[in-house]
Amino acid sequence: MGLLSAAIWMPILVGGVLLALGRDEHAGTVRWFALVGAVASFLVTIPLITGFDLASAAMQYQEKLPWIDRFKVFYHLGVDGISVWFVLLTSFITLVVVIAGWEAITFRVNQYMAALLILSGIMIGVFCALDGLLFYVFFEATLIPMYLVIGVWGGPNRVYAAVKFFLYTLLGSLLMLVAFIYLYNQSGGSFALADWYRVPLSMAAQVWLFFALFAAFSVKVPMWPVHTWLPDAHVEAPTGGSAVLAAIMLKLGAYGFIRFSLPILPDASRDPYVSGFMITLSLIAVVYIGLVALVQADLKKLIAYSSISHMGFVTLGFFIFNAYGVEGALIQMISHGFVSAAMFLCVGVMYDRMHSRMIADYGGVVNTMPKFAALMMLFAMANCGLPATSGFVGEFMVILGAMQFNFWVAFLAATTLIFGAAYTLWMYKRVIFGAIANDHVAELEDINGRETLVLGCLAVAVLAFGLYPAPLTEVMHVSVTDLLKHVAAGKL
Amino acid sequence: MTDLPILLPAYAEILLLGMGSAILLVDLFLPERLRGLTYWLSLATLAACFVLTVEVVRATGGQSAYTFGGMFVADLMANVLKLLTYAAVAVSLVYSRRYLAQRGMLCGEFFVLALFATLGMAVMISANHMLVLYLGLELMSLCLYAMVALNRDSALSTEAAMKYFVLGALASGLLLYGMSMLYGATATLDITQMAQVIATGRANGVVLVFGLVFVVAGLAFKLGVVPFHMWIPDVYHGAPNAMTLFIGAAPKLAAFAMTVRMLVNGLIDLAFDWQQMLMIMAVLSMGIGNLAAIAQTNIKRMLAYSTISHMGFMLLGLLAGVVGGNRLSAPDAYSAAMFYSIVYVLMSLGAFGMVLALSRAGFEAEDLEDYKGLNQRDPWYAFLMLLLMFSLAGVPPTVGFYAKLSVLDAVVKTGQIWLAVVAVIFSLIGAFYYLRVVKLMYFDAPQDTAPIESGADVRWLLSANGLAVLILGVMPGGLMALCLVAMQNLYPLAR
Repeated sequence: MGLLSAAIWMPILVGGVLLALGRDEHAGTVRWFALVGAVASFLVTIPLITGFDLASAAMQYQEKLPWIDRFKVFYHLGVDGISVWFVLLTSFITLVVVIAGWEAITFRVNQYMAALLILSGIMIGVFCALDGLLFYVFFEATLIPMYLVIGVWGGPNRVYAAVKFFLYTLLGSLLMLVAFIYLYNQSGGSFALADWYRVPLSMAAQVWLFFALFAAFSVKVPMWPVHTWLPDAHVEAPTGGSAVLAAIMLKLGAYGFIRFSLPILPDASRDPYVSGFMITLSLIAVVYIGLVALVQADLKKLIAYSSISHMGFVTLGFFIFNAYGVEGALIQMISHGFVSAAMFLCVGVMYDRMHSRMIADYGGVVNTMPKFAALMMLFAMANCGLPATSGFVGEFMVILGAMQFNFWVAFLAATTLIFGAAYTLWMYKRVIFGAIANDHVAELEDINGRETLVLGCLAVAVLAFGLYPAPLTEVMHVSVTDLLKHVAAGKL
Repeated sequence: MTDLPILLPAYAEILLLGMGSAILLVDLFLPERLRGLTYWLSLATLAACFVLTVEVVRATGGQSAYTFGGMFVADLMANVLKLLTYAAVAVSLVYSRRYLAQRGMLCGEFFVLALFATLGMAVMISANHMLVLYLGLELMSLCLYAMVALNRDSALSTEAAMKYFVLGALASGLLLYGMSMLYGATATLDITQMAQVIATGRANGVVLVFGLVFVVAGLAFKLGVVPFHMWIPDVYHGAPNAMTLFIGAAPKLAAFAMTVRMLVNGLIDLAFDWQQMLMIMAVLSMGIGNLAAIAQTNIKRMLAYSTISHMGFMLLGLLAGVVGGNRLSAPDAYSAAMFYSIVYVLMSLGAFGMVLALSRAGFEAEDLEDYKGLNQRDPWYAFLMLLLMFSLAGVPPTVGFYAKLSVLDAVVKTGQIWLAVVAVIFSLIGAFYYLRVVKLMYFDAPQDTAPIESGADVRWLLSANGLAVLILGVMPGGLMALCLVAMQNLYPLAR
């Protein structure tokens, strides 16, 4: 068994054991077992990056086994510079979330931990799959554990949010399935991604396929105007669920664009109308959703809208077709993984104490929780893209890329630095600074060792990649250049 | 034709007939305390039939074998479907035992009716002659009517049986009328010869098409697709849960086989005509089945409408076989439909099995509300039901997804992408009500706190059934390949 298989199946296996044997009577054991499983799953992914060949654009750590002969489907895994960091991000965030849910989850702990671990394995599968059907199976399978996480451990309106989340994303995926079957038939009966990259397609077919894939990926990203499920899902999900959703699940959609839409449908993607359409939607997400975030009264909703706005940057970076844009977008995805998870966990820390997500219920938290306020300050700064945090690198590169593409696009994209700072810092000011707003705030206790560990790990990651992003760019560079060359060559 | 002892292909059916009669007699003379013997004898009979059928496959090497003057065929499709029918009936019996015993229906008649119904299904599956087909169909149907009415004191059951009988008889009449027209046009009732006569082009086209319409209507009734679906919700709802399980599982395989025998073996040269009829019925079934299921509060009714939509989806595979007179991709398409039917039966067994497992004396777990908080009452059953529901919805990694995938692949191959899009949109609508069951089980608090009292046998079998949905979902290749080989060896498609 290869490294990638281990990375996928180890958390799933641990989750299965938890489901089968865990009981709420020994929740403590369940937590420790889940932690050991998450740590092991994270350690397994580390050799992927240490042993990564920076000079090669080819898929590395490949595994290929026949799976369904009838459809010539292969269990084909591999990672390149684009996907390898996401594997690490997934296993890291899962570890963090397992620790974060230690006390917050009080009932059916084994099922919660199992759902998170299984979800982690499935999402790693999405990033590693080099076979269309395998990708689809993993992509869809993520819905089941997330549906349960939102629905079982979520807030008061969880059922509505869970069903909306499921049906919304299922609609997109089903259209993608039809597109995949079409590609399968066009490429002479192959689900292999490598074959799909080569199969000639007419412009009309490419445009149709583009919008079928768009249906799946744009919902997942989510892009304006199909983003409406996200605020609901985020608000109702438990803290861990929100963190995973924002940090990794949203990336599945963006990853789909760069792994499928761009290389399989290069001519449609580069078509000025189509790419113009994508850029327009992205800019609307950046500007309009940024403004929407400004007026939110609910902390989680605010961060949810901020996620949509940041993901607008990612799709913008992809569809301006230069190395700065694409690499910047990828770095933004990684960085947003850390920052959004951290922001949701910060809200979780406060929610666990106050049982409120309303900004108005807070004020002056810094007086009672100084350590927490300092850490959250860092994440808030990263969220608005302050230099020296990871949030800056990606946004800056995308803006640079956009500048090469068109001044006005860059101009509009750059407004995010203002809006992002506005909504994040204003929220931070209202929640953290000022006089102590009420008795509940006065009684708050600062974060304990476990919470410090969780937020500290994320803080280190945010700072490290902000100060020294080279490990990210070096790994990506060759693969991104290769991809852009492939897209530029076209298929017509 | 292979050179075999003349009755070998039908050994299993002959045994079934003999044992069915024997059990009827044995049960008459058994003292009350030995009544359990009929149950075990029935299971043993089904097991023996299973083994015999495996032997038939081995003896014929997967080739088609004919007997009774070509009226009875044991090709690979027939043998595979019969094996699964025997298994499905056996599983139904195990699931039903406790339920029936608590309601005083665990009597000899039930087993005899079940075995004769199984015989009817086996005959339908293996028929290569219209009259044999009709004989098998009537044998099965009459047993099923009686089974629905087995609970004599229940007005609901009696009403359901009456509806089933009247509408079923009407459908049989339509089918028979269609067959007689086909006979008039081709001067034969042998399905193989009929196909040959039609292929010569000398048969009267108008009469053929008229006959075809009636035949398709009869088949549609047995499959339960719109607009011949009216009986399904009422019968599923009104019948005792055990009978719903029985009707909802194995007979679907027989109905599928009958459809293939009539339309593919016999009338493939009229594919252009019947494919259009199937298309309308498929789209309507998926639409009405999925939409009406949303409004149900009774899980049996919900699953009844879900059956309608699934049979509609299965028809998509059948109608994608012949493209512009070209039969090259027909084995792919028909094997997709066969795979779909088999998978559906597996899921249906599990879902209705769960209804039975949660029922107890004086309580039928048939309202959706009864599933509230199942995860707290019994996490393992809730998990199995979760797998079954996601499989019915077609979400990977469960096998329901691969069933949908193979059918959609067949449809896309014909170039009718719009049809595939319609199908997935209706699947999306369908996902809603399956999700609702999961929601009730996992998100809501239980209303009913009585212990779940299913026995160990049911627990193990239901676990195997539920996990099969997942395991086949991870490795669907074998069953898919088997269906493909079966269809490649089907008479008009074999090269």
